[in-house]
This record gives sequence, structure tokens and C-alpha cells, in this order.
Amino acid sequence: MAYSDKVIDHYQNPKNVGTLDKSQKNVGTGLVGAPECGDVMRLQIEVDEATGMIKDAKFKTFGCGSAIASSSLATEWLKGKSIDEALTIDNMDIVEELNLPPVKIHCSVLAEDAIKSAINDYRVKNGMEQIKFEESVVH
Amino acid sequence: MLKLPVYLDNNATTPMDPRVLEAMIPYFVEHFGNAASRNHPFGWEAEEAVDYAREQVAKLIGADPKEIIFTSGATEGDNLAIKGVYEMYASKGNHVITATTEHKAVLDTCKHIEKSGGEVTYLQVNSEGLVDLKELEAAIKPTTILVAIMYGNNETGVIQPVKEISTIAKKHGVLFFTDGTQAVGKVPVDVNKDGIDLMAFSAHKMYGPKGVGALYVRRKNPRVKVTAQIDGGGHERAMRSGTLNVPGIVGFGKACELCMQDMESDTLRIQTMRDKLERELLKLEEAYVNGSTQHRLPHVSNISFKYVEGEGLMMGFNKNIAVSSGSACTSASLEPSYVLKALGLGDDLAHSSLRFGLGRFTTDEQIDYTIDKVSTTVLKLREMSPLWEMYKEGVDINAIEWAAH
Repeated sequence: MAYSDKVIDHYQNPKNVGTLDKSQKNVGTGLVGAPECGDVMRLQIEVDEATGMIKDAKFKTFGCGSAIASSSLATEWLKGKSIDEALTIDNMDIVEELNLPPVKIHCSVLAEDAIKSAINDYRVKNGMEQIKFEESVVH
Repeated sequence: MLKLPVYLDNNATTPMDPRVLEAMIPYFVEHFGNAASRNHPFGWEAEEAVDYAREQVAKLIGADPKEIIFTSGATEGDNLAIKGVYEMYASKGNHVITATTEHKAVLDTCKHIEKSGGEVTYLQVNSEGLVDLKELEAAIKPTTILVAIMYGNNETGVIQPVKEISTIAKKHGVLFFTDGTQAVGKVPVDVNKDGIDLMAFSAHKMYGPKGVGALYVRRKNPRVKVTAQIDGGGHERAMRSGTLNVPGIVGFGKACELCMQDMESDTLRIQTMRDKLERELLKLEEAYVNGSTQHRLPHVSNISFKYVEGEGLMMGFNKNIAVSSGSACTSASLEPSYVLKALGLGDDLAHSSLRFGLGRFTTDEQIDYTIDKVSTTVLKLREMSPLWEMYKEGVDINAIEWAAH
């Protein structure tokens, strides 16, 4: 199976690899997946408290090229969005942008889960209610 | 000079040796006869070529040419041996003993006979990938008709104690079948010294063509018989009907002859390169060899690079280096290698494994290149891995409650 050019580009030049200080109140961290399944994504957002906008996003991913590309793309899309706008990112948008084949759709689902999980972490830290999402069927 | 791309997936298939191709060419257009045509020179030429190849194949494994049944490959040989014995010896019993690390061609065939009323015992292996001889002996019962244990494993290269296994089988009057696909042509295999009753192997794993293989079926002490699985014109002593693949068989014969002739020098060179590759890659932190390093084929190394995922790792160099991974990220089940799991590896380590399979045409320059590329990519991906970061911070990854999928 050949990878799309966009997946290869994100794999070779991943955007926003790194770690934000999770002890900060304005940093939300999402850690999803499991080592046994061959994918673990950690996605972090840093929110500008004055404007409610995501001013930085970082990721680290253990997984295949598509998982790395999905999380790299997700961090790009998150930057500059408000946390409410960020919730509208759908896994199928990632699938489309990266041209993921059916066997790799779970990578995009994991990225969407990571976004939601990071936002919820931020909300809880800042005294907001956790948003309940429908259980996503990953694998 | 460095020749790219580097092919290190010789357990999947080997390139054909040009000397093999040369031997085959006359048998496509010029000598195209059917080896079963007994009444004209076209048939005679083909038959003569097949007879010669049969001798070359037999010689490599210390067999008599009459004991070689040509097949389409090792999968067919595995099927013919197991189903053939199961049907032929039905009056004696219906129990087969095999191991959990066998190739799917053996395991799925065993599943098939279970469905048709047979009984199969799947022996576990230890952390080195070896079967326990005491467990094997304890599993034998009056209804046992066959022990099916592979010679060398396709993922780890681990060599089973074939001689000891056959001795136990013989002691209890049970036939011993071995899948010799990865071992024949690479290490000295002798059906008499090793006590093998049946053995499947294939040409394309030893620099021969695809689509041809053989099943060795012992004719003396004991005389073994298998029920044919393909009926027809009664070719191959009625054990395998179908017009013989003459050019393929000629190539197979030549491949066997070359393996025998070059085995010592090939092995020495390949093993030296394999050991260097392994030694250098193990200099990386948290890198582990999977399976026994003592009882192992000379051209295989299976290594787990903890905290990086195998498929992601391969993507870093797969344009220029061909290897395979125990990770199964693309399969629907997402289950990693059952062979590595049978060795007691956690799923995470199985997902992090790469198999390097060297071959006759691997060069020193290619090994140096591979060491460099694989090491660089492991380090790069670890910088990107949340698990590596946790490991470095002393977080116990196993203590984390990961979301179940």
C-alpha cells in the first residue's frame, strides 16, 4: 500500500512535534490510543485565556505514518481556532485531506478523539463542564 | 559501491539467481514438452530434465530422488503432508501435534482437519521460541499420527530441535513432518540424520522461481504414504496429479545445486553481515532481539525497537530498504504477529519489531547503509513518541489505564 504524498510530507516534516507544560492551567492534554493497539497519540493545546483561542498545539505520536500525519495535521488545524470551533473538526475531514485508505481511518478517529480529549482536559481545568461525546468506534 | 534499494526481506522471497534463470530458459520455447508424454522426443527431453532436477533436489536434503514429490510450493506441500497423512492413517488415529508458531499454511490446515473431526494439540513455545520436548512427548497419545513442527521459523529464524523431536516421534511410532521452507538451502538439512518423514519446501526461498516446491515423502523405515489432495492423471506417483511445471522444476533443481555448492561460503558471509547489523542496531537503547540467538538461521534477525511502531519505522526508509514488521497496522484486526506474541512479547513490543532477512546478494555496503538509516529513523521517531518521553521521565507505561479499543 502506497502512502499519499500528504501523508509522506507530514511524516517527513511533522508540524508541531513537542510538549507543552501540562501543569499550566491554560494547557489541555489529550492522550488516546494504547500501546497494544500500535497507536498512542498525545495532543496538547495552549489556549489564550483572554480570547479563548488556541494559540499553540503540539503532538507526539507512537504509530504508523498515517497516525503521525493525522496528528500533525490536527495540530495545524487547531492553531488559531477557538475551542468551540476546534470541536467541529471531524475525522472525515482528516481522511479527505490526507487521502487515507479505509484501513487507516482509525488513525483519523484517534486524532479526533485526541482533540476532544485535550479540549475536555482544558475545560475541566478551567471549571467548565466536560462535554460528553458519543463513544467513538475506533477498532 | 552501494546498490539501492536494499532488499532485506529474503524470508518473504528471494531474488532468482541468474544462473537459475539461465538453466530454465531452454525449457520454455525450445524444450517445451510434457514430461508425461512417453512417446516422442519432446516428452523424453522434458522427463529427462525433470529426473535430473529431482536428483539435484534430493541431493540437497540427503534423500532418494524417488522420495521427491513436486508441488506448486510449500503451502501445497504443507497441505498435502498434513491432510494426506490425516486421511491415509485415519484407521490408526486422528490426532496431530503442532506448535503455535507454525506458518499459517500449517496452522490453517490443522484447523481444517479439526473441522473434519480431527484433534490437534498446539504446543506453546518458550521465550526463545523453542518447543519443549517433554511437553511434546507428554502430548503424544495412542491416537497420535503426526507431529508437525517447522525446521526454522519464518519470522524469528529460530531453529527447532528437529533431531530430538523426530527421535521422540519415532519412539512412539508417530510420523514427523517438518516445514523446511526457511531452512532448506540455508543450513544443512539431512532427512536421514534429522529423522524427517515428510518435509515441505519451496524454490522461491532459495533463489529459485516462484510456483514450484517439493514434498519429501520417506520411502523406507518407515514407508510413508499420503492421500492425494489433487486428483487427475496420476503424476508424481499418484500423490500429486497435474502436468509438471518443467521450467520451474529445472530452476528448482539448479537452485538446490547452487545452494549445496555455495552453502558454506554463503553462510559465512551472510552470517557475518547479519551479526554486524544486529550488533550495531542493538547499540540503540531499548532494542531487543526476538527469539533464540543460539538456535537460529544465519540470515535472519528480528529486533524490537521499543517505543516506536514498526510500520511507522519502515516508512522512514522503505523507499530504499525493504524489511518487514511484526506490526499489523494495516490488517483489519490490528493484531500484531502471533509468532512474536507466542514468545511472550507484549503487543507493544510485537508492534515495534522489524525482521531483517539477508540473502546471497546482500552486500556489506548495504548493511552499513541499513544500520545508519534504521538507527537514524528510530531516534527520530522516538523524539516524536509520547511513550519514549514517558519512559525517559520514568513513567510506568504499563500502569497507565489505556482506553480499550
